[in-house]
Amino acid sequence: MKIHEYQAKQLMAARGIPVPQGVVATTVDQAVAAVRPLIEETGNKVVVVKSQIHAGGRGKGRFEEHPEIGGVNVVTAGIDGGIVAAEDQVRELAGKMLGSTLVTIQTGAEGKTVNTLYIEQGIDISDELYLSVLLDRAVSRNIVMASSEGGTEIEVVAAETPEKILREEIDPAHGLLSFQAARLAYGLGLEGDAQRNGARFVQALSTAAVELDADMIEINPLVVTTDGKVMALDGKMSFEANALYRHPEVVAMRDFSEEDPAEAAAKEHDLSFIKLDGTIGCMVNGAGLAMATMDIIKYVGGEPANFLDVGGGATADKITEAFKLITADQNVRGIFVNIFGGIMKCDTIAEGVVEAVGEVGLEVPLVVRLEGTNVELGKQIIDESGLNVVSAADMKDGAKKIVELTS
Amino acid sequence: MSILINADTKVLIQGMGRTGSFHTDKAIAYGTRMVGAVHPSKAGTVQKFTGETDHSGVQGRPDGYDVDVPIFRSVVEAMSETGATVSVVYVPPPFAADAIMEAAEAGIDLVVCITEGIPVADMVRAKRYLQDRETRLVGPNCPGVITPGECKIGIMPGYIHQPGRIGVVSRSGTLTYEAVYQLTTIGLGQTTAVGIGGDPVNGTNFVDVLALFNEDPATEGVIMIGEIGGTAEEEAAAWISANMTKPVAGFIAGTTAPPGKRMGHAGAIISGGMGTADAKISALEDAGVTIAPTPSDLGAAMVEAMG
Repeated sequence: MKIHEYQAKQLMAARGIPVPQGVVATTVDQAVAAVRPLIEETGNKVVVVKSQIHAGGRGKGRFEEHPEIGGVNVVTAGIDGGIVAAEDQVRELAGKMLGSTLVTIQTGAEGKTVNTLYIEQGIDISDELYLSVLLDRAVSRNIVMASSEGGTEIEVVAAETPEKILREEIDPAHGLLSFQAARLAYGLGLEGDAQRNGARFVQALSTAAVELDADMIEINPLVVTTDGKVMALDGKMSFEANALYRHPEVVAMRDFSEEDPAEAAAKEHDLSFIKLDGTIGCMVNGAGLAMATMDIIKYVGGEPANFLDVGGGATADKITEAFKLITADQNVRGIFVNIFGGIMKCDTIAEGVVEAVGEVGLEVPLVVRLEGTNVELGKQIIDESGLNVVSAADMKDGAKKIVELTS
Repeated sequence: MSILINADTKVLIQGMGRTGSFHTDKAIAYGTRMVGAVHPSKAGTVQKFTGETDHSGVQGRPDGYDVDVPIFRSVVEAMSETGATVSVVYVPPPFAADAIMEAAEAGIDLVVCITEGIPVADMVRAKRYLQDRETRLVGPNCPGVITPGECKIGIMPGYIHQPGRIGVVSRSGTLTYEAVYQLTTIGLGQTTAVGIGGDPVNGTNFVDVLALFNEDPATEGVIMIGEIGGTAEEEAAAWISANMTKPVAGFIAGTTAPPGKRMGHAGAIISGGMGTADAKISALEDAGVTIAPTPSDLGAAMVEAMG
């Protein structure tokens, strides 16, 4: 689960991790009202207006409706014109940004609607760094990754100057040790106050990552201010779904408007569903088989419309819900049901399919491949239902048939 | 011969709830020696299992079975009372990592964890705990381990298996069934099939299982089934190229998966350009593995690899 930058900063601030002062705004008036207290309290005449969406690349992104502005805007009018000038500029920017569509390298061409802004104090930056805490699957541990190349995507740094990436493993029995944090701070070239503050920051962040069950925390850039402070200028956090049950404060931060409605509906029914751009709807049991079903459709010349894993213990009701999800997609021109029943019995699947078709109708070709437990019973139910269903001998045969029927 | 488990293996159940009981019954029907369970609040009682024998399992048994499984307070107690050397974990996700660590502390040889949905942080701790101990973990989030005709530990349907010559190792449950079923259909059968699970942090990995199959005289070839995410398949490729003396056929799921999306399994995600199917396929091909273009071709790919 992802959260917004401002929410990540709230979680960090609550753990004593330094972040700039900021105010959340969902209306133009709120954005304008944030300016005066920010400038008066921090003494910095610059404020920054930042779009809050669940995607990176906001600074370089552009608004579809206002291509002259990006997703993150530095307001400097206050330096010469005072607070009123800053407020005027924020008013104009917020008016354009709120409700508009921001397209970044990570949003896809359709972009994302900006519903929330974060108005933040300006910072006098002396250095921009990169810091993240994430799972390293190769060692089955979290690691801290740091780089002096702040502001650049870490993938780019890894590809071009891998020697600039520093890593420390976090031993789950001990946490990040002080000397490791200090080593990272030295490695980043920090000195004096900045070195001490940097080490403290790294340690606090790695503790937060464990406490919060964060999948990933990425601070890019982590900034060193002209007076030696170290703070998170940006903050990205995502959380591991399996551990959300023990973090109600994080669950409360979920923003449904950022999620695909079909995927959210699937979650409600404990189905694993991901929408894709193709025309062939898939219903499968098991994640690996579901992925392989998408692959095989592509292999025989079609395009999958979705990933859908109904899981091992699906009931007829769940199958009906799955069917509704597939048929709700206007692009779907055919459906392929691919089941290898283990614990899942083929007759249960067959009953669910017959029930679902009875309930939601069937306007596109349907190919069903059943194998495994109670397969004969399952085939019998399908045959006797009188539905217009094409049976497949194996999954490749099924994929070929549905692609032929839809092309 | 086989790897990890055989007809003599005595198995404990950790987590004798509804799911645990259901699969314990299936395992007993198959002929597996389920000798005890651990459940603090039911300790001291006995759970009865009766039903019709699954004749696809251990041969030469009567048509029915009637087995009492005693329930113990702890793994230590259950091991000393029963002589079990393997446990299977069906404990719910919040408590599953603790169950794994309890079994390791008791000194069990092998823990097979079926539970899906264990928090990653819990598994990071459990894996650290196992680091200094002899216990081997298979899973979590896996179908389990089966040596056909001898011992079935987990949730796989027994009857699709057949004692035979091929080892199977896989990150995906249902794709394992595809491979196993084809091997049975074409008459090659399986020595042992091992599901290593779809989580980002798991116990036994491809390399460990490949090494065991390589040493097992009965195993003549291996099918390995991987998927997107992580680098376990690349590590397997490097190991195969340096050490493997037997033919390997494989399949990698997720060629069409979009980056950044978790494809069902917590571990099946392409992130930061890492873990793509194409990279895994080319690493395995370079190591001499025969890659099946689709799961329907796995049996044929194994035959081809065996020459």
